[in-house]
Amino acid sequence: MSPALVQVLQLAINGMAIGAIYALVALGLVLTYKATEVLNFAHGDVLMASSFVGWGLIVALGWPFWLAAVCTVLFAAAFSWVIDARVMRLIVGQPQFAGVMLTIAIAFMVRGLVSMAFGPQSRTFPTPWTGHKTQVGGIVVSDLSLVIVVAALLITVALFWFLKKTSLGIAIQAASQNQLAAYLNGIRVKRVTSLVWAISGAIAAVCGLLLAPTALVDIGLWIVVLKALAAVVLGGFGSVPGAIVGGLLLGLIEQFAGVYLPDGFKDAMAYLVLIGVLILWPRGLLGEAHGRRV
Amino acid sequence: MRFPYDTTYRDGQALLRYPVGRISYALLFVALLAAPWLLPKYYVGEISYLFIMCVASLGLMVLVGYTGQVSLGHSAFIAIGAYAHAWMLSQGVPFVPSILLASCITGAIGLVIGLPAIRVSGLYLAMVTLAFAILTEHVIGHWGSVTGGFNGLTVNNPVALGFNLGGLRPFYYLCLTVLVLVMLGLVNLMRAKTGRAFKGVRDSEAAAYSLGIWVSGYKVLAFVISAMVTGLAGALLAHHVRFLTPEGFGLIMSLELVLMVTIGGLGSLRGAILGAFLISMLPTFISRIKPLLPDHMSKQFGLEIFVFGLVLALFVLFEPKGLNGRWIKFKTFLETFPLYRQDMFKRGKTYMKSERYR
Repeated sequence: MSPALVQVLQLAINGMAIGAIYALVALGLVLTYKATEVLNFAHGDVLMASSFVGWGLIVALGWPFWLAAVCTVLFAAAFSWVIDARVMRLIVGQPQFAGVMLTIAIAFMVRGLVSMAFGPQSRTFPTPWTGHKTQVGGIVVSDLSLVIVVAALLITVALFWFLKKTSLGIAIQAASQNQLAAYLNGIRVKRVTSLVWAISGAIAAVCGLLLAPTALVDIGLWIVVLKALAAVVLGGFGSVPGAIVGGLLLGLIEQFAGVYLPDGFKDAMAYLVLIGVLILWPRGLLGEAHGRRV
Repeated sequence: MRFPYDTTYRDGQALLRYPVGRISYALLFVALLAAPWLLPKYYVGEISYLFIMCVASLGLMVLVGYTGQVSLGHSAFIAIGAYAHAWMLSQGVPFVPSILLASCITGAIGLVIGLPAIRVSGLYLAMVTLAFAILTEHVIGHWGSVTGGFNGLTVNNPVALGFNLGGLRPFYYLCLTVLVLVMLGLVNLMRAKTGRAFKGVRDSEAAAYSLGIWVSGYKVLAFVISAMVTGLAGALLAHHVRFLTPEGFGLIMSLELVLMVTIGGLGSLRGAILGAFLISMLPTFISRIKPLLPDHMSKQFGLEIFVFGLVLALFVLFEPKGLNGRWIKFKTFLETFPLYRQDMFKRGKTYMKSERYR
């Protein structure tokens, strides 16, 4: 293969890996948005907190990786459940702005607590895949990237199956479309929305655990939520398949921008995409078009 | 309870209708004029900073509180105002034209950012402004020839008519003058046709449109006014910090400004001032209580951000109308004593109302 082609493929693979993370984070955002119409700015901080918890269990307490991973995911799910059931529920019926402010407040508190409990240093923890690499015709694929992509795929497929085929999943869809009608049909709306938050928290924890070995466990990890916002917008706001497609595309765009565009564009690309899509093409890739209701 | 009873047009136009208000505001003004001669030097600098934040908060209040457009990116306007002012001073432009031009430049950029507001609203607009703030930080960092890049930019002393305003007390009076002028201007603007149009756009775009209000025009106008005022605050802030770096205008500053208007109470200029006071005072207050806490907690940076989050959460949950709402309740309690009822300001049952299709 020619070196140029190898570079393109290599970038594509790296972009897919980081894009899969964006897609998963975006998925969590979309789920809670659809269920409660709250854009969860605390999502990135749940992710960051769970990667710290993972570090605490694996390195500080010396637990085996899989046990620690399961416990971290359960912790994040329980935490998100409590946030919805005990905090977010108090502002139901208030304007969207209140939800944004409250999740920002929660994000600040989580960030403050993590920083007070663990300190500001960056750290990392070993995973079963750290350091392993596979070489396919000049392209280097780290096992971690493979695991990330596979995990993203599995979670997406499982979630789709859950939402389309199980009665609980259909109840979730019903509750997010029309809460009152769902309630009148005997769906426990409160419990169902809390469940959606818990699922979203669990996905965030998985992202935190997968992101930590590549990007270090650090307070700044929450910033990924801003990239995920760009992914959500690119895919079409409020669309679950759109979040996945948008995340993958954004990962690719970032990787290619880092190589083929001038210095400094890689970090700014996600925000350029966000502004550009919202102004020129607010529907996004797979979003639904809505008229304005008076 | 007093009911307004106007006998002349002048009564209806008066800013302060009753002697109580006139006397208390006069006393406040005298106190503010005397403050730099009575307080220790450290506090004079702090209060100047507070005035600057009040101006910025007023600017954001016009946009968020009066027009209902959420901006999470006002740190960008502060940064643009600060850098434009500092750059023009370094090019030899005198102080007064420079600060006015800086405000106008920020207003022009506000116009550019306001144009998308015609197309996107609500959450989407919040995200556009958030992205804009991050991009501005990037641009400032990479545009080294004008902004000094990540190395920073030194700000020249403010000199007007051969008089150095950079000293502690002159700068205090400069900030106070700007704040009073901005406040008076906005109070009058917000009760004039423009302000009423803003409120109409906020409460119902469709209703405003059908009443003949040019909705998109007023939305952009709100952005321009807000950006100009915020840019003015940025220009003053440049003199307060004396050395500009892109990191000084990060996301946290945007969020702090939004915190100020939310905690102060959306839709009232008094709220913007009260919120700016509370939020700007919090770090000082936290550093005061730090010695009382256990060592491993007080040494971390996290405490400050945790308290910010806690205060914001408590306000959103228990006093959505903010400090201004609390003040109005207290005033009503005094005026109607002993007839005040607990649920006088309480709303009925609420359900989730979709804003998805707005």
